[in-house]
Amino acid sequence: MTEHEQHFHDPTNVTNPEHAEHHIVSPLQYVFVYISLLIGTALTVVAANIDMGVLNPIVALGIASTKMVIVILFFMHVKYQSNLIKMTVGAGFFTFLVLITMTLSDYMSRAWGLW
Amino acid sequence: MDSAIANPQAEHDAAEHEHVYLPQHRHHFETEEQQREAGSFGMWLFLLTEIMFFGGMFFAYLLYRNWYYDAFVAASNTLNIGMGAANTAILITSGFFMALAVWAAEVRKKNVLVWMLVLTTVFGAAFLGVKYFEYKEKFELHHIPGAGFDVSQFINPPMDAKTGKPVGNPLPPDVAQHTQIFFFLYFAMTGMHALHMIIGIGLLFWLIARSQKGDFSAGYVAPIENFGLYWHFVDIVWLFLFPLLYLINRHPLAH
Repeated sequence: MTEHEQHFHDPTNVTNPEHAEHHIVSPLQYVFVYISLLIGTALTVVAANIDMGVLNPIVALGIASTKMVIVILFFMHVKYQSNLIKMTVGAGFFTFLVLITMTLSDYMSRAWGLW
Repeated sequence: MDSAIANPQAEHDAAEHEHVYLPQHRHHFETEEQQREAGSFGMWLFLLTEIMFFGGMFFAYLLYRNWYYDAFVAASNTLNIGMGAANTAILITSGFFMALAVWAAEVRKKNVLVWMLVLTTVFGAAFLGVKYFEYKEKFELHHIPGAGFDVSQFINPPMDAKTGKPVGNPLPPDVAQHTQIFFFLYFAMTGMHALHMIIGIGLLFWLIARSQKGDFSAGYVAPIENFGLYWHFVDIVWLFLFPLLYLINRHPLAH
């Protein structure tokens, strides 16, 4: 193989190491993820029955977000993906949060000064 | 083309060309890793549009819950937490088997792959079965938004047999009408989620048939892996629907 070819075919992923190595998550790891998700579900039901005032929705969303992150990192393999995929996922959620924040601030501030 | 047989260069080209028919390494990709990453990238871009799609409905729920807080509390507390929690566990179980299916495809165990996909389908269908009974109850109580909607339960809450007190605070009739908005969003969000599950189960049948032929247990994992991403995404939507629709109104704020 010539030097030229070696540059373009990069089967060893060394010249342009942009692709993550193919990582296989073991079934045992999936079992741990599964159990932690079930515990999260039980926790959120228990938490809903405790009167925490304004904290109730916050705790519920906190538990749901934690479960989401666990699913994304392990079931969806993002922990073992390349930086491109990680950035893509992060950018998506960031954009979503920006949309929520800006729309909410619009709704909350529209009536300001009108009463 | 007898020259091709005689020509060692052409023979070499033919041998080189052999590998491009591998579905996990098409000729326009440099490496299998590159193709795999391009596929995952595309799938994630699709899922980001799905986040925005469901996000719009989550936002509507957030806003209307703040505007019509009392109606949302009363309506939310008529949902069946037991069924909702059971469905959450069922869906997580389905996602667990989906994750194992991806593993089975990667380690090229054909039979394990087929069985994991079957179990994913079974638990997905069980989720829809529970959802059917929940929807049925809403029909019986006339909690479907529209001309047939019945607010009487929210104006005159029924007595609890154990405590002898009403199950909730009675609402004025105009406020009680706003419970329709809760149920509209409930059906829009859980219905759209259920539609995604139905589409997913349709795709699972197709994947099971192809897995049975051995299509995904010889190194070509992308369809299983990308479907797994979709299935887990649908899971995540439910992880938020359950607390927001069923749970967060158990202890309403006094005001």
